[in-house]
Amino acid sequence: MSVLWILFPPLIAAALAGIRSGKAWMPAVTAISCLIVLGGTLHMASVVSAGGSLTAGLSAAWLSWIAVDGLSALILVLIAFVSCTAALYSIGYMAHGEPTSGKLRLYYANYNLFVFSMLAIPLLAEPTLVWIVVELTTLCSALLVSFENTSEALEAAWKYVILSLMGAGFALFGFLVLFAAMHAGGGGSYTWAGLVEAAPRMPPLLMQTSFLLILIGLGTKVGLVPMHTWLPDAHSQAPSPVCALLSGIETTSILYVILRLFPVMHSVPGAHAERWAVVLGLISVGTAAFLLLQVHDYKRMFAFSTVEHMGIILTAIGLGASAADYGAMQQIVSHAVTKSFCFFAAGAVLLAVGTREIGSVRGLIRRAPLAGAALVFGGLGITGAPPLAVFLSEFAILKAGLASGHYAASGLLAIFIVIAFFGVMVHVNRMVFGAAEGAAEPEAPADRLPFSVVLVLALAAVPVLVLGLYLPAPLHDLLVSAAAAMTR
Amino acid sequence: MSEAAKQLVVNLNALAAGLFLLTSFGIVAMRQARGCLQLFIAQSLLLAASAALLGLRFDSGHLYGVALVNLISKPIIVPWLLRKVASAELYTRREIDQVLNIPTALSIALGLAIGAYFLGVPLARAVGPEYVGPNVPIGIAGLLLGALTLTVRREALPLLIGLLAMENGAFLAGISIAHDLSMLVELAIATDGLIIVFIVGVLVRAVAKQVGTTAVGELARLREGPR
Repeated sequence: MSVLWILFPPLIAAALAGIRSGKAWMPAVTAISCLIVLGGTLHMASVVSAGGSLTAGLSAAWLSWIAVDGLSALILVLIAFVSCTAALYSIGYMAHGEPTSGKLRLYYANYNLFVFSMLAIPLLAEPTLVWIVVELTTLCSALLVSFENTSEALEAAWKYVILSLMGAGFALFGFLVLFAAMHAGGGGSYTWAGLVEAAPRMPPLLMQTSFLLILIGLGTKVGLVPMHTWLPDAHSQAPSPVCALLSGIETTSILYVILRLFPVMHSVPGAHAERWAVVLGLISVGTAAFLLLQVHDYKRMFAFSTVEHMGIILTAIGLGASAADYGAMQQIVSHAVTKSFCFFAAGAVLLAVGTREIGSVRGLIRRAPLAGAALVFGGLGITGAPPLAVFLSEFAILKAGLASGHYAASGLLAIFIVIAFFGVMVHVNRMVFGAAEGAAEPEAPADRLPFSVVLVLALAAVPVLVLGLYLPAPLHDLLVSAAAAMTR
Repeated sequence: MSEAAKQLVVNLNALAAGLFLLTSFGIVAMRQARGCLQLFIAQSLLLAASAALLGLRFDSGHLYGVALVNLISKPIIVPWLLRKVASAELYTRREIDQVLNIPTALSIALGLAIGAYFLGVPLARAVGPEYVGPNVPIGIAGLLLGALTLTVRREALPLLIGLLAMENGAFLAGISIAHDLSMLVELAIATDGLIIVFIVGVLVRAVAKQVGTTAVGELARLREGPR
């Protein structure tokens, strides 16, 4: 069966959203396209996890560049899920503040193009083409980050574009060196699968160089410390549904490209890909955990937590055990569903109080009970409180780390996770339950939240809760087949 | 092709690559925004020349294609697109204070170029006997000097040129080690460069309108701590 069709709904929706029409048209088109894509990716995932394989299904030679295995199916499903909830959320959220319909057209057209570029990452199997769509994700989302057009939003978008593209420059050279290495090793098809096959024959020096270039280059876009400086800016200044996409799934889909290299690097002597992953991962988790303690903006807080989670996933992959690979896949899922929920909650708080300053928000549970409750739930969820999804996946990673004898790495990871828990919960607790200082300030009841915002908060909370209690069998199969793609 | 002719082509390629390195230094040092753009165009022409010469040497139609794409997209479409999207004011800007003064920036650039040599030569050797010319070390130097431009500049146009120069550097190295990359990929990368120019141009226009400056490097309101 051909898998390419999945790219068409977002493209068509982007074109349709550009048409001059009523204000309900663009969000409707976007939501429908996202729902179609979600259905398609779920079908693909069920085929792949049942042991089937999906290719372009056409005979032209270059179509071997398109392939879906368990890992890419997992990322596809998550992209579709988050883009779906974020599209529904946008309906109410973006109507707030009454933007002109020209601005809304720009928003929805870019939104669909952004979803298109993300979907293309796991579908493509040719590394240089993947590099191009990674560039496209930056370029399609730049105008979404700058959407609010304040000087802060423009600054964030500018930093985002410049630093991501700078990283991409290094990554491009890395992919060209990888190609040269393949050529020097006798050739083969330049795809992820072809690389794994050809790796033992390829010159180690070229492989190591390309690995480091790609790790640093794409690591910039994933937000690994010390290349993370743009991330809290961009992930906090964008409109909340876009933040959910950026933080929840875009970072993960770029990390996916880095993950693809680990099975390739395994047969390279002296590459130490795993060691690099553990070191960079732990540095990211640790730095983010301490930075979380001193944030002043609650959207930045969740952005730093993304840096932390990317570090956790990378560390888990670096542990090199198959149980840890499974844990990493589970973490990818729980992070995507929970972090997107957190930004939905943060958006609801922003609608209710109109400020991003943690210090100016007190007693939220009385002013806007629903937004306050969502914020607490999101905060607990993302920091790994039981019985929510992140708890289960972090527990799986730590258990796998201890079982495979990585005591130092697992211990540090556990300590940083606990620090991050306190970092987030201290702020959330003050915002939601804290008494207003001075007590003179009359607490005006907030406006009611738009219906679609409430609906999405309820919908998005379901997987956060359910995945913490049990893993449905189809998801378990998908995770197993995704972890199998990492087999070294 | 006779041995002498082959040698001549290789030497001409070395000349093009050497001039390419000079333009990279120039982009780091040039104060005038317009001058930066002109140096970038010269650099792209040299990249095209190097691709054409290597195409001649290896008899590769694909490298001619790269040369052609570079010849059309960068010297012609990029300046046209910039003029369309961003204001003409962009060109007239002159940068007085860079993050680092020019002599310091150039000394760092020199250090980076020497580092690139020590990094590039073993890499090129690992590629195999068919590799010719100084493309890999100079390409790496181009990549690093482009990144340096991004860190020392504040004005929008030189920053954009720095990004594109990084890509040029990666390509100068790429054409000598990855001759037979698919043409589709090559075209996609060229298109991607144009999208970069478009999006960055739109952003710069928004910044100029909203903040009143094109010195985007001076935007620094987002940070931790109370404002």
